[in-house]
Amino acid sequence: MSEIKASFLPVTEKRPSLNEPVGSMTQAIARSDDAPFDAIALYIFTGLSALAALVATALTKDPSFRFHGWIMLAAFLAAFLTMSVGLGSGRFRSDSTRYADGVIRAGVIATMFWAFAGLSAGVLIASQLSWPRIFYFPDLAWLNFGRLRPLHTSAVIFAFGGNALIATSFYVVQRTCRARLAGGAWPWFVFWGYQLFIVLAATGYMAGITQSREYAEPEWYVDLWLTIVWVAYLLIFLGTIWKRKEPHIYVANWFYLAFIVTIAILHLINNAAVPIGLLESKSYSAFSGVQDALVQWWYGHNAVGFFLTAGFLGMMYYFVPKRVDRPVYSYRLSIVHFWSLIFIYIWAGPHHLHYTALPQWAQTLGMTFSIMLWMPSWGGMINGLMTLSGAWDKLRTDPVVRMMVVAIAFYGMSTFEGPLMSIREVNALSHYTDWTIGHVHSGALGWVGFISFGAIYCMVPWLWKKTGLYSDRLVEWHFWIATTGILLYIAAMWVSGIMEGLMWREYTPQGYLANSFVETVSAKHIENIIRTVGGLMYLSGALIMIYNLWRTIRMPSVVQTSPGLVASPALLAAE
Amino acid sequence: MSERERDEHSGTETTGHEWDGIKELDTPLPRWWLWTWYGCMAVAVVYWVLMPAWPGISGYTRGLLGQSDRAQVTQDLKGLSAQRRTGEARLHAATLQQIEADPELQGYAMQVGQSVFGDNCATCHGAGGAGGKGYPNLRDDVWLWGGTLDAIQHTIRVGVRSGHPNARGEAMMPAFGRDQMLSAAQVDDLTEYVTAISGRKADVAAVGRARQTFTDQCVACHGAAGVGDVARGIPNLTDAEWLYGSDRTTIRDQLWNGRNGVMPTWQARFSPETIKALAVYVHANAGGVAEPVAPPRDVVQREGVAAGASTH
Repeated sequence: MSEIKASFLPVTEKRPSLNEPVGSMTQAIARSDDAPFDAIALYIFTGLSALAALVATALTKDPSFRFHGWIMLAAFLAAFLTMSVGLGSGRFRSDSTRYADGVIRAGVIATMFWAFAGLSAGVLIASQLSWPRIFYFPDLAWLNFGRLRPLHTSAVIFAFGGNALIATSFYVVQRTCRARLAGGAWPWFVFWGYQLFIVLAATGYMAGITQSREYAEPEWYVDLWLTIVWVAYLLIFLGTIWKRKEPHIYVANWFYLAFIVTIAILHLINNAAVPIGLLESKSYSAFSGVQDALVQWWYGHNAVGFFLTAGFLGMMYYFVPKRVDRPVYSYRLSIVHFWSLIFIYIWAGPHHLHYTALPQWAQTLGMTFSIMLWMPSWGGMINGLMTLSGAWDKLRTDPVVRMMVVAIAFYGMSTFEGPLMSIREVNALSHYTDWTIGHVHSGALGWVGFISFGAIYCMVPWLWKKTGLYSDRLVEWHFWIATTGILLYIAAMWVSGIMEGLMWREYTPQGYLANSFVETVSAKHIENIIRTVGGLMYLSGALIMIYNLWRTIRMPSVVQTSPGLVASPALLAAE
Repeated sequence: MSERERDEHSGTETTGHEWDGIKELDTPLPRWWLWTWYGCMAVAVVYWVLMPAWPGISGYTRGLLGQSDRAQVTQDLKGLSAQRRTGEARLHAATLQQIEADPELQGYAMQVGQSVFGDNCATCHGAGGAGGKGYPNLRDDVWLWGGTLDAIQHTIRVGVRSGHPNARGEAMMPAFGRDQMLSAAQVDDLTEYVTAISGRKADVAAVGRARQTFTDQCVACHGAAGVGDVARGIPNLTDAEWLYGSDRTTIRDQLWNGRNGVMPTWQARFSPETIKALAVYVHANAGGVAEPVAPPRDVVQREGVAAGASTH
């Protein structure tokens, strides 16, 4: 998209090209002087988009729509101007003998930036819950808890998690297919287009532009924009698999592909809406009543299933065996748990609507499919953990391996806790309480966060051609501070969740509720503070990581393939 | 298909493929995993047989247990009202004064009142009833609408500017500034005047200028001395109790914008017995006006309240 930095561009690399596995593709760029077709198409697309944004911004009477119009216009103009310069100086030629790693490097930086933003927002709203008098800003509506909470969840899931998934999927699909990313300049479109989506979503939350659907708050035009970006992402991924030099498709790519395809379907159906005008930000859902709720939680639960589970399993299936240098434990298990996970997950959404207007039979199906989902989820855990078989010593010697293993452990724990909480009788206690918040965070901080951090710790030296990380000791510090933070967080939420659940259902002997709601809120004060401290520790760990990565990138690069490096020679030979 | 090699550590064959150095073992599915999964499926099937589960064309399988959430809720609510019945019958039979005079019955009413207050009234009046800016303090002895048991009960029942036909709050504070009834200078002077009659130092010249304005605009409701009128919910301007705040900025703001408080009517939401319990709770726990001892006065007052509600 916009402002493609020269340092990220493939052609600025001065390294000699790789001549071994992808040698047959060298002839693909015969006319290297001309700007390639894909770049020209992207150039025209950004120009037309800028024009459309200009017209929409100029004509609309809706200040919210105009506000977003300005953001889009600025982004498209920046992209158009950058591409004008870039095309003129011949920067958009892509060398098919090399992997496209510039966009992945950008993705790693974006991932860490959004990790910082999302975790900071989390610490802020946790502080608002702990000390509502101090962190209450009545004159700054943008900083209200109600607006910052979706900002936090989306920043962590979609901005941090999404960038981690896009970056690692681009990395993994190229290596395991031995082919450069398809689409020439379009991976950059996916990267910057996704950042634009994040900025539109985030500013929308803070300005109160929302369709009020959990994890799907952005309004219709932002949804349409994401659809375009996502389709480009899907085509690039499929195109890369299509031109692979391996006979078979590696398991990580199944998971990444399932994630991309299913998220596209979920996104399209859940966001079906009718805008009140083509130049208005507000829209109304195509569904109503309990159907609307069911579609929303079909989407919501499968965002967990296909974004936060399938996608990150794809990450695990590459980086764990790669890092510990052991074969994947069981190919058969990967097949069975992949297909069963996909088939069963899609049914489980109604467990978010127990004891509501949703018909009870639908609740039953949601619950029973969640129970049947337990083992398919654990298949991934077994395959991840048992891949260490023969290399368990690396838990002691390599803190990055330890981080990924703890991620898998948290994955196992939360995929057990999920089916447990889906049982109606358990849900009667746990639903709407902090227990759910704790469950989400053991998944997000423990599994999603740690497996991404592990993958990035692996990738940064590989991508920037370093002998290793700047400091393994800092990884140790990151690991211990963050792990302690997660444990404080989820333990506090278990206590406060079960406590408030019990308080809500308690009756006096006279037959009246024993506790008022505000009493249950004030009873959680200490747990809220512990949660804030836990979140702050997790954020501190991420800051240590950012420092460590920054110092790693600034280290001198390795020029030749050096033995004893974690990366394989083929990786080093890549661009 | 590539030739299969055997992994040295585990002795298991690989699948013969390799991706960027990664191989896969052909380990069979772990038995415990498979059997636990079968177990989960069995649990699901049993649950489907017992509970409402699969939809058809015109209905769904009801399950052998005949369980239904809807029926369960109805039954639970019946159980709850049965549990409440004895106590409510006693509240129903007694007057507010009798409830307060009977320690055991009062104790019962207090518990009911506390529960109901916490989830319905505390939102505005605070958990302890101490109020906040714009929300009256129920713990002091100053009452906008009267602090006797009957007055409290009536206020809870009809609310203030609530849309109830007999709602309290017929008299409205005008927005003198916003509606351009008075000039900015007049509002400033009036602010000094109100500050002065509440017993604080004020600009003498401004007070002098405002005297006529006060007589013209304020006396009709607040009275010549500014002491207000409990019967109509007109606040006393001479005491130290302020609904929105005692500082000049707040007083001026109130003169300018004329906020009028609103309280919902609870008649449709609570049973008469619950409202009784709530009145007893507010009166006793939160500091109501002492009840008159002589019964005849009580009767007079109740009639007065009813008459007041219809005439205003």
